[in-house]
Amino acid sequence: MSKRSYWMLLAVALLVIVPLLKGGEFGGADGAAAALVEQTEGFATWFDPIWTPPSGEIESMFFSLQAALGALVVGYAIGRAHERSRSKDLKDGDTPPRA
Amino acid sequence: MHIMEGYLPAAHALGWTIAAAPFVVAGTARIRAIIRERPEARLTLAASGAFAFVLSALKIPSVTGSCSHPTGTGLGAIVFGPSVMAVLGLIVLLFQALLLAHGGITTLGANTFSMAIVGPWVAFGIWKLAGKLGMPFAVAVFLAASLGDLATYVFTSLQLAFAYPDPVSGFFGAALKFGGIFAITQVPLSIAEGLLTVVVMEALSGKIRDEDRVSTLAGEGK
Repeated sequence: MSKRSYWMLLAVALLVIVPLLKGGEFGGADGAAAALVEQTEGFATWFDPIWTPPSGEIESMFFSLQAALGALVVGYAIGRAHERSRSKDLKDGDTPPRA
Repeated sequence: MHIMEGYLPAAHALGWTIAAAPFVVAGTARIRAIIRERPEARLTLAASGAFAFVLSALKIPSVTGSCSHPTGTGLGAIVFGPSVMAVLGLIVLLFQALLLAHGGITTLGANTFSMAIVGPWVAFGIWKLAGKLGMPFAVAVFLAASLGDLATYVFTSLQLAFAYPDPVSGFFGAALKFGGIFAITQVPLSIAEGLLTVVVMEALSGKIRDEDRVSTLAGEGK
């Protein structure tokens, strides 16, 4: 990974940490917008979710599953790219494989 | 940016679904063509969808004191053009609507339009523009991905304002109110998404020159 990448990852970490230190309720923006919609006179939802996770735990399981599946594929693709550029290095320069 | 199940009036729900459908059909055809013509790009295509999967699962705190999530749709839009993301984004939204009660089936069209169509098209447009202006790779990707993310949330605000105009200040008043909830919260998150997109594109393309990254990822490399 390039030096540039490390700095960018550090910046991402700061973007998450600073609001946490600053504090707040940290409710979801989707929910806040929904609350605003609910203030509309005569508003009623006309369709309910087909299935709702029975608890916050189950919900967080599916969110983790979503992130894990995605990360698995991204990680695999990054590994393949790494392997490809390594084998290309070998062909081009005839350097012996690094241990 | 998820509009919850049943929260859009039926006419709006149907309208957005009809509006999104052709983009999804075109995206499907594009994905089939990419798989047929450039088999080496298949892995990048999978990674583009997977990146959106990861980023849209992460609810991240923001300076406004509320949480929201990035979209991750800029990467695929930059590499393959925006149309493929209509399909990949739809898959993400469908997963969340069915298993998480996050978003919904009735609002799937509207959510697809903001996250999987508007965001990717804005990202693609900025990427092309940045290229014309001669901006370096990292800056162009950063701007494209972060502005695409922000555009998704601005568009959600507009969709809600269109459905629920303020009784006094009308569409614009409502757009400002919804924008205040979504767009401001999203500013730091979109910056994070821009940075992460650069990092992941760099990692996915390996140790090569910046100018060659996108063509390599798209399977057009030499």
